Amino acid sequence: MINSSSDNVKKLNLINRRMFITGSFKILIMIGIVSRLFFLQVKENKRYLTLSDKNRIREWKLAPVRGEFHDYFGNVIAGNFEAYQLHVIPEQVENFRYVIYRLKDLLDLSDREFKKVLKKRKEIKPWETLIVSDNLSWKKFSKINNHLYDLNGVKPVISISRNYPYNDNFTHIIGYVSQANEDDVENTEVIKKNFVPGLKVGKIGLEKSLEEKLIGTNDIERYEVNAYGRRISQLEFQKGKKGKTVKLTIDTKVQKLAGELLKEKSGSICVMDIYTGSIIAMQSSPSFDPNLFVFGISKDEWELIRNNPMKPLVNKTLQGNYSPGSTIKPIVALSALENGIIDTNFTVKCTGKTEMYGQTYHCWKKEGHGFVSLRNAMKVSCDTYFYEIARKLGVDRLSETAKKFGLGDKVFGNLFNIEKKGLIPSTTWKKNALGKGWLLGETMITGIGQGYIQTTPIQLCLMTAQIANGGYKIYPKIIATDKKELEPNDKYKPLYKNSKNIRIVQDAMFGSTNEVMGTSYRSRIDNLKYQFAGKTGTSQVKKITEKDRELDLKTFQIPYEERDHALYIAFGPYKDPRYALSILVEHGGNGSTTAAPMAKKLFKLIIDRHPLRDSVDDKKYLEI
Amino acid sequence: MYQHSRLSNNNFNFFQKFKNFDYVLLACILLLGFISLGTMYSTDGGKILFHTKSHFTKLIVFTLMMLIISFINIKFWFLIGYLFYLITVILLVGTYLFGIESSGSQRWINLYFLNLQPSELMKICIILCLAKYFHRMKLENVNSIYTIFTSLIIILLPMGLVIVQPDLGTSLLIAITGLAVLWFAGINHKYFIYTLLGFLISLPFIISFLKPYQKLRVLTFLNPDRDPLGAGYQIIQSKIAVGSGGIFGKGFLKGTQSYLEFLPEKHTDFIFTLFSEEFGFVGSAFLLIIYALIIYRIIAIGASSRSYFAKIFCYSFGVSIFFYITINMSMVLGLLPIVGSPLPIMSYGGSSMLATMFGFGVVMSAKVHNQQAIA
Repeated sequence: MINSSSDNVKKLNLINRRMFITGSFKILIMIGIVSRLFFLQVKENKRYLTLSDKNRIREWKLAPVRGEFHDYFGNVIAGNFEAYQLHVIPEQVENFRYVIYRLKDLLDLSDREFKKVLKKRKEIKPWETLIVSDNLSWKKFSKINNHLYDLNGVKPVISISRNYPYNDNFTHIIGYVSQANEDDVENTEVIKKNFVPGLKVGKIGLEKSLEEKLIGTNDIERYEVNAYGRRISQLEFQKGKKGKTVKLTIDTKVQKLAGELLKEKSGSICVMDIYTGSIIAMQSSPSFDPNLFVFGISKDEWELIRNNPMKPLVNKTLQGNYSPGSTIKPIVALSALENGIIDTNFTVKCTGKTEMYGQTYHCWKKEGHGFVSLRNAMKVSCDTYFYEIARKLGVDRLSETAKKFGLGDKVFGNLFNIEKKGLIPSTTWKKNALGKGWLLGETMITGIGQGYIQTTPIQLCLMTAQIANGGYKIYPKIIATDKKELEPNDKYKPLYKNSKNIRIVQDAMFGSTNEVMGTSYRSRIDNLKYQFAGKTGTSQVKKITEKDRELDLKTFQIPYEERDHALYIAFGPYKDPRYALSILVEHGGNGSTTAAPMAKKLFKLIIDRHPLRDSVDDKKYLEI
Repeated sequence: MYQHSRLSNNNFNFFQKFKNFDYVLLACILLLGFISLGTMYSTDGGKILFHTKSHFTKLIVFTLMMLIISFINIKFWFLIGYLFYLITVILLVGTYLFGIESSGSQRWINLYFLNLQPSELMKICIILCLAKYFHRMKLENVNSIYTIFTSLIIILLPMGLVIVQPDLGTSLLIAITGLAVLWFAGINHKYFIYTLLGFLISLPFIISFLKPYQKLRVLTFLNPDRDPLGAGYQIIQSKIAVGSGGIFGKGFLKGTQSYLEFLPEKHTDFIFTLFSEEFGFVGSAFLLIIYALIIYRIIAIGASSRSYFAKIFCYSFGVSIFFYITINMSMVLGLLPIVGSPLPIMSYGGSSMLATMFGFGVVMSAKVHNQQAIA
């Protein structure tokens, strides 16, 4: 007993000692845990709070509302409309197979469309939205609404989509939108930033070049989501900004008339304000309906557009490089006057042809014009006269003047990426480009707008405008801006050496239209209010052989592809010029018979609408 | 002498027993139960659903059980020590043979009226058994080869049976508990040091024996960002939850990490994460204080007990509760690799609560009968 009790004491001492050691050890560990808690919850709290929010909050972007295009008078030419769509959230549908087949029935979905929908269903999570149809007709939309009792989980939705109310009238200016593809997203920062599946972006025209302005910003919905990505509740809805509205300088009435005039034809019309450079109309024919592209064009329709021999996809006003033909003559004459080569009394005898180094150069009139002065030569468009003055002038001095007046360079700068530069040849150009010396004969045919020289209709229009306004530089614009300071300060810089020369050319053009024997005399308007001055042009597509000359076929007797292009440039009203235009009809035959009559109709409308346009300008100031 | 002590035992009446109760410990346990109920309510998304109801029932049943146990003389628990151990070993064998398999391990045995996890019970039984084994032993015999060998068998047998389930976490806790008893029983501290060294040296070999998923856990612990959506997911989300709680927490029922199901195993092993997210540093510290108080009371009861058995039981149980808590918390705070180990009382799970409450019961019985000597 005693033994055992002393042993007990020892044992108790031991156990208490060891308990003490263990206790200290425990306290140390407890301190460790508390400091870990302190570290996580107090010191690093912000970091983990952010991580937790990142976990639970997810953003959904909605497609931004695209800015509209308005014409000068505020008519909507590219707007937004409410598209009727059909959304299904598969998770909310009790019997997905039944519902989807029922929808197929109600909507008359083709097998291909139906398969597409089923494929999409497999790609998304059950609680994500499946778009069964993105643009339903009102009839089908209401039909679905009537059957909703039977279609659990099906949601008819009204969403905002692009609409072009004037169909094909503005296609070549504003282009169209369509679903963004990978290239769009990768190459354009603003698209990348605002991208949502199904986002529609500009593909060509101003819709593309003004993307940044038009696109707007996303609506953002912030949802709390659980670990599986299911939305639990909406935390916030951040309204995005609608894209900016772009006002164009275009007059829809004129644009439409231009479209009608070019109906069934291939060609271009552009009309410009000669002081402000505002484009009143810019039409290229044939055109196509941009609405087809908004929800994806069908293959058949696309083939139809692509294979049309008149090339609807080409914007002829900006992309078409044509020989200017006789429409270059005002510039040739001006250049000769400016450089003192000729004066108004200089005469040339036209015998119908002229020879140079064994090569014969024909005038369009076989019998010849006899003795012609500058004014008469312009009036009757005598080729021999211009061969002669071009020969005297030389191509380099001619090209200098032509370039000054806007030929051979992009009119809109970088606004349209498709715009072509045309070509104003010179001796150095030929040496660099072709490695050959310039021939005198080439100068002569350049003088009547054939050979290497190429211009676009918009350049011809600008050239005419700058002659019409008295020889002052202007910058064409298609977007109406209120800010004056944006314009370059060399606007209205005189392009002439002697303003008298400009008047001489204007007068010659007046003669060409308004005097007997003038090439466009038949299209004249005698009323002073509408009277205009112009110059016809016929651009050869194919070199005229001796045999052709003997045959002397009428336009309709020649195959379409071989017919000449018809051109016309004009400005009016002559007494107080305000507008200039250029017309081109591909394979239209003769400038005076095909193109000039269009100018007559156009000038009537343009000048009638001028006061209205002025009043819009005035209003702008009143509103300030 | 035996007769004498028995007589004095009978002098104890019911009211004296009540008077002897450790009310601080009882209050702490009840408070903990209340907190756990609230937390469980939060895991159910703020509704009284299955987990809350079940946890509530278990709390009531096992608290009553604890009270009953505390009224039974500590001598009874001494007598029954080996038997309990044997029964539990048999249950473990039964689990091995006929256990219910769930998510890749066989830990439960169907006893018709309840599904039991005998490995949890073993955490207590091993203390009872070893405490009884060392109770009468003379100090000079403690360090004999025979004693060490026997006690090691007592520890290794259930450990082995638990490892094969497989359940590394629980088997390690059983080992730690067993070693704690050996430590208090007076086994030479050199042996502990040697064992620790040996363990460290053989660590590479042990790792090579680990199952692939266990290896992954260790690797994940060392660098959770290795696979943030796979193996590292639990620990990363747990840290985010705790860290985002801040000083005062996100508020009751407002823990986004758990509510939005980013937290794994939030009812069981990660219950502390949820609590900590909702109540912040202040709440977590409060919970730690309650646990510390409980451990302190257990040790104090051990110190005041007259019998060596009660002492060794209380001290060892204190150590083992301490380890349950620290291992669980270190795990959810990213200080230890993920091993399945519940937080006493807080975590959902009947067997764990049964074992813990049983332990508390015996401790309470030691307090009530603290003048009881056991021959």
